[in-house]
Amino acid sequence: MTCHAVARPEEQNAAGVRTVAVVGPPNSGKTTLYNRLTGLRQKVANFPGVTVEHHVGYMRNPLSEEVALIDLPGIYSLHPKSEDERVAVEVLQGKMPGMPRPDAVIVVLNSNNLNTHLVLAARVIALGLPTLVLLNMADELKRQKGAVDVLALARELGTPVALVSATTGEGLEAVRNFLSATSSPPEPLELPVVGSTRSVREWAVRVGETANYRRPATPVWTKRLDNIFLHRVWGPLIFLAVIVAVFQMIFVAGKPLQDILQGFLDATGARVGAILSDGMLRSLIINGVWKGAGSVVVFLPQILLLFLVIGILEDSGYLARAAVIADRTMSRVGLNGKSFIPLLSAYACAVPAIMATRTIENKRDRIATILIAPFMTCSARLPVYTMVIAAFIPGRPVLGPFLSTRAAAMLGLYVLGFLMAVFTARILKSTILRSKDAPFILEMPPYRWPMPASLGLRLVDRGKAFLYRAGTVIMLISIVLWAATNFPMHNGQPPAIQDSWVASVGHAIEPVIRPLGFDWKIGVGLVTSLAAREVIIATLGTLNGIDAEVHSFDLQMALRQELTLPGAVALLVFFAFAMQCMSTLAVVRRETNSWTWPAAQFAYMTVVAYVSAYAAYHITGYFIR
Amino acid sequence: MIFNFIFGRRHRHAQGNGALADLQVGERGIVRELRLDHSIAEHLMNLGFVPGLEVSVERSGPGGDPRVYRVEGTEVALRRELSRYIEVSLVGAAAFGD
Repeated sequence: MTCHAVARPEEQNAAGVRTVAVVGPPNSGKTTLYNRLTGLRQKVANFPGVTVEHHVGYMRNPLSEEVALIDLPGIYSLHPKSEDERVAVEVLQGKMPGMPRPDAVIVVLNSNNLNTHLVLAARVIALGLPTLVLLNMADELKRQKGAVDVLALARELGTPVALVSATTGEGLEAVRNFLSATSSPPEPLELPVVGSTRSVREWAVRVGETANYRRPATPVWTKRLDNIFLHRVWGPLIFLAVIVAVFQMIFVAGKPLQDILQGFLDATGARVGAILSDGMLRSLIINGVWKGAGSVVVFLPQILLLFLVIGILEDSGYLARAAVIADRTMSRVGLNGKSFIPLLSAYACAVPAIMATRTIENKRDRIATILIAPFMTCSARLPVYTMVIAAFIPGRPVLGPFLSTRAAAMLGLYVLGFLMAVFTARILKSTILRSKDAPFILEMPPYRWPMPASLGLRLVDRGKAFLYRAGTVIMLISIVLWAATNFPMHNGQPPAIQDSWVASVGHAIEPVIRPLGFDWKIGVGLVTSLAAREVIIATLGTLNGIDAEVHSFDLQMALRQELTLPGAVALLVFFAFAMQCMSTLAVVRRETNSWTWPAAQFAYMTVVAYVSAYAAYHITGYFIR
Repeated sequence: MIFNFIFGRRHRHAQGNGALADLQVGERGIVRELRLDHSIAEHLMNLGFVPGLEVSVERSGPGGDPRVYRVEGTEVALRRELSRYIEVSLVGAAAFGD
């Protein structure tokens, strides 16, 4: 792959720039800038062999030629110890397999914090690629009475420098000019190519002085807000209020949206069904594909809402304060406040949560967080919880209009998952993953208004990923399940459900799950939900939809015939603890780079789920007798 | 890491040196040395905890731990445990305001 390290003038166009890498430290506003430049024209990709994810997006240069922008992970330096930084170095040196060496680099720095961030610029410029240095957040710099002489800085660095604002779009024409100019490698006069962080840092201060850099004052609002949000009394109270508000919003705003989507899907299904003639094909399309995938798609509003709320907390800067408040509590279970952010995300989905553990430097802490994340009540459990609770628990107010019995049951399940996560963390941190206290080092960004465009792009990203899963894995399972319920055929007719293949599977595992109060239909649901939790709904829908005894499509009614109350409680507990998600297992395998951790996690969670469901079944049975 | 810090609180004003953990909220110090593992020290330096730079204690989190420090333009939250290993020399008296 070393051939990429040499320049390839013959492949370059007149402008010379086809592929541009974008690098910058965390909190430099790099992602906002990147989104501003590429908009929706970007996709997520993984570098081969490593866990680091990156975006590739496209923009046009002034000659209307397509330029690919590679968004590299947020890094502080090019220290090859961390995986993120090693990936960045390899891409910039053209050593990343399957990726040509970029023709140029854009370094995004936070102009509010220039002296610290110039260290990264020095390291990147020293690599010898044509480089553009963008000093982002120019609007904040000006507002807070900071200043920098861009031309003097450009002279010191030997590269073009521009003061820009990703929020307002100010100065971004510099990027287009850079892409169209025939870029030449920088000619740094005295860049500290080698040298300790300390000496590079001293160089950065000197350069800052030469460029008359005046650091802006801390925004007064950040100080005022921190006086409240990190207050010893108000801080924790607001923290709790925020978490409660997040959940309230998911349920209060999410449910009506979900009903609207459900109505739309039902209507479309009925219309398609009316066009098709009666027969196997119609059965496959309506009962297999549409109902199967549709039962999962309806949860899109709730998932997007949760990602929206977490996104707002993250972009506004509150999430970092929440981590500070959570740190004391997290340290009691042997983790630190940084685990709080991934664990909070795990309430949406364990997959991005496990990816978010990369911010945890300590490897043992990181693995412990990965292992407990799936205990957090992810959104895929919501449909199961909602359905079972609605079927078995009558809605009555508990605390006036604020809390109903159903909401209380839901809250209880959230608490249950959380407690099991804490319990597991304690065990892990005092046994196999014992380590000295990991350092808690967290940068506190100033408070900012979240940008709708930036939030929107992330939601599109998540929504696509979710629908992709619904459209592939879950649809495939729906079709397999449909086939299993409609075969073996007798005289060209589908069999009665009790004679189908799926019944055989359900009956085969029935002895194992009978002690938990489950019948063979639930058994089939458990088998299919191994792929993803929410699939059990589709399965039970299919199973009951074609069950002659149950003419109604109302799943809740059907469930009440299948399960007793203790069985329902056991089912809820089982779902709270079991690892029924192939995507999570796959991402754990990727992030830990071994099959051992996902295998151990799967075994542990299955045992915990089985034993707890067994206990729940018998305890509930004892009390209602 | 079984480093027993010798600059106790009582001697701080006499010697002008101490641990970051010993500074009160509002006090400032010059970073002298990071007595930490290389990778942790490197990370702290990337955030601005470079020997020679001034660090101030901005505020303390609920319960007194972690605390938020400011180095140049960056605010960073650190646990007290870690800030015991960051050696600083005290600057002037407590700063009022900023």
